[in-house]
Amino acid sequence: MTANDSLLTYCLRLGDDALILGHRLSEWTSRAPFLEEDIALTNVALDFIGRARLFYQYAAELQGGDATEDTFAYTRDVRDFTNLLICELPRGDFAFTIARQFLYDSYVLLFMEQLKASKDTRLAAIGAKAEKESTYHVRRGREWMLRLGGGTEESHAKLQRAVDDLWGYTDEIFEVDTVTAGLIADGVAVDPTLLREEWLATVSRVMAEADLSQPSPGWSVEGGRRGIHTDDLGFLLAELQFMQRAYPGLQW
Amino acid sequence: MSDKVVSMPNEERFQARIDAEEKIEPKDWMPEKYRQNLIRQISQHAHSEVIGEQPEGNWITRAPSLERKAILLAKVQDEAGHGLYLYAAAETLGITREELIERLHTGASKYASIFNYPSLTWADVGAIGWLVDSAAIVNQVSLQNTSYGPYARAMVRICKEESFHQRQGYNIMMTLMQGNEQQRAMAQDALNRWWWPSLMMFGPHDGESAHSAQSMKWKIKRRSNDDLRQQYVDQAVQQALAIGLEVPDPDLVWNESRGHYDFGEIDWAEFERVINGNGPCNRQRLAHHVKAHEEGAWVREAMAAYDAKRGKPTVDVA
Amino acid sequence: MSDQSKLYEVFVRSRRGLDHKHVGSLHADDPEQALEYARDVYTRRGEGVSLWVVAAGDITASQESDCDSFYDPLDDKPYRHAAMYDLPEGIDSL
Repeated sequence: MTANDSLLTYCLRLGDDALILGHRLSEWTSRAPFLEEDIALTNVALDFIGRARLFYQYAAELQGGDATEDTFAYTRDVRDFTNLLICELPRGDFAFTIARQFLYDSYVLLFMEQLKASKDTRLAAIGAKAEKESTYHVRRGREWMLRLGGGTEESHAKLQRAVDDLWGYTDEIFEVDTVTAGLIADGVAVDPTLLREEWLATVSRVMAEADLSQPSPGWSVEGGRRGIHTDDLGFLLAELQFMQRAYPGLQW
Repeated sequence: MSDKVVSMPNEERFQARIDAEEKIEPKDWMPEKYRQNLIRQISQHAHSEVIGEQPEGNWITRAPSLERKAILLAKVQDEAGHGLYLYAAAETLGITREELIERLHTGASKYASIFNYPSLTWADVGAIGWLVDSAAIVNQVSLQNTSYGPYARAMVRICKEESFHQRQGYNIMMTLMQGNEQQRAMAQDALNRWWWPSLMMFGPHDGESAHSAQSMKWKIKRRSNDDLRQQYVDQAVQQALAIGLEVPDPDLVWNESRGHYDFGEIDWAEFERVINGNGPCNRQRLAHHVKAHEEGAWVREAMAAYDAKRGKPTVDVA
Repeated sequence: MSDQSKLYEVFVRSRRGLDHKHVGSLHADDPEQALEYARDVYTRRGEGVSLWVVAAGDITASQESDCDSFYDPLDDKPYRHAAMYDLPEGIDSL
């Protein structure tokens, strides 16, 4: 794999994470628990869709030819998508969405703080923009964790269950394979293993504040970066790509 | 205000204020009927914005490009925002948002019937943004001068934000008309289905409108249904023709002496049918809202419980 | 927004150097949440550089019945306004 190929792969991974999670968030529009939150969740969805576009636009330049941001979003199949599994899980209830966002956003914030310092100036620029967005997402997420954790018995139980159901998907976040290893050595990619301790400290602290017990690390699922997904991604793509599949190659 | 007006009895003083184009503000005395009439109109408007999230929201997960997806998300989010501004305006009249939502769910309060039609193809997203938002804006621009201050201010804000809505819708239609035969047919089909419902948005003819006369006197409404409908038709026909769409009305003709388009009669039987709950999607639209509200109940309870535990008593001051 | 949630009034400073201006209201259960929702609801188009939220119940407002005694007595003091004073020809920087 050339350096250019590695960088393209890396951009697609980050773009896929943002698109798929943004898509899940966008499913909340008109379905949130109340109007203010409907608007707030849509803002977060917009941040992720915007982020996906930036990574895909860069990927399109790296790939060359006729590729555009939409080429990657709309014409690849499940096996070509390399998002983390945690991003594709169905939206679940509000507790699940809050827990997923909090676990993932807490990591992404640390990640973007580092990406900002990438030797690749395009990635660094995306990192700087995304860091600001994620700072707000984490702030929101932490407050919701405390509210649901410290709210009613029911909300506490739902949140605990959500965290338990998600925990086994968090290992994958910190994996490094040969693609990332090479880019880390070049000062282009972020080394996620270096973020793990701080991430765990942050989420553990908030979980304790929210009176949640830390899930036992007895299980762990991975595969997203290799295109091995849950069944859910196929259905998500069937919906996402419907227009481009039904009417290929047209402008909309 | 002059000394003379101040010394009048409440009702006369209220009307004098309105006749003088002064705004009524929440703490002012107002006739109970004015209050109820406003609550009815503002909440119907608010519910329309919120239920209106659904037909277009259906396409957020299926939008054909990432740019269209982002635009549509932002657009539908604006509808939610507008619903919120309007609920807040209604709340200044002494009713809570919970009560307003309750009225929506029991059917005591209506929303715009047009949202009971389905959005079957991507072109419908274009047609809704272009036609429905244009029709709404024609009405809303006139309401920027409505007599109740909080409602008027909400309208100013909404109108400012909504100009992009009709443009993005028209842009979708234009792009389709510049596409292949299949895309043009999709656009024409959407116009055929949305044209008449969009004319119905302005309500019954002036003579038939149950609330019109009193609402005009109180300046809750500023222009008549037929007057607003004519303005909308004149604008929309020209826009349709400009991109090669055919307006589905055999009676449509430019009337040189009036300086307006003459157009055919609305199918009022269908209008009544949809208003009375028999449109294609009435049940789904309401069920969707009820479901989201019920599924959110435990979240709202958790928030209240959390706040109470932190020792900050919550008081309903709405 | 819960059944008991509070109404908050939202004020936005649109540019540095300008006053905060009332833009609307929203529901939230605590001031921090109100501030964040104010950001999400009222600055979607970058309308602000600073936000205030105030619980509506904490605002003390004058009533319509106060108008006569509050404001009318201020209508008869034209000497507070510069326009009352005529200036001689040629004097324009006073």
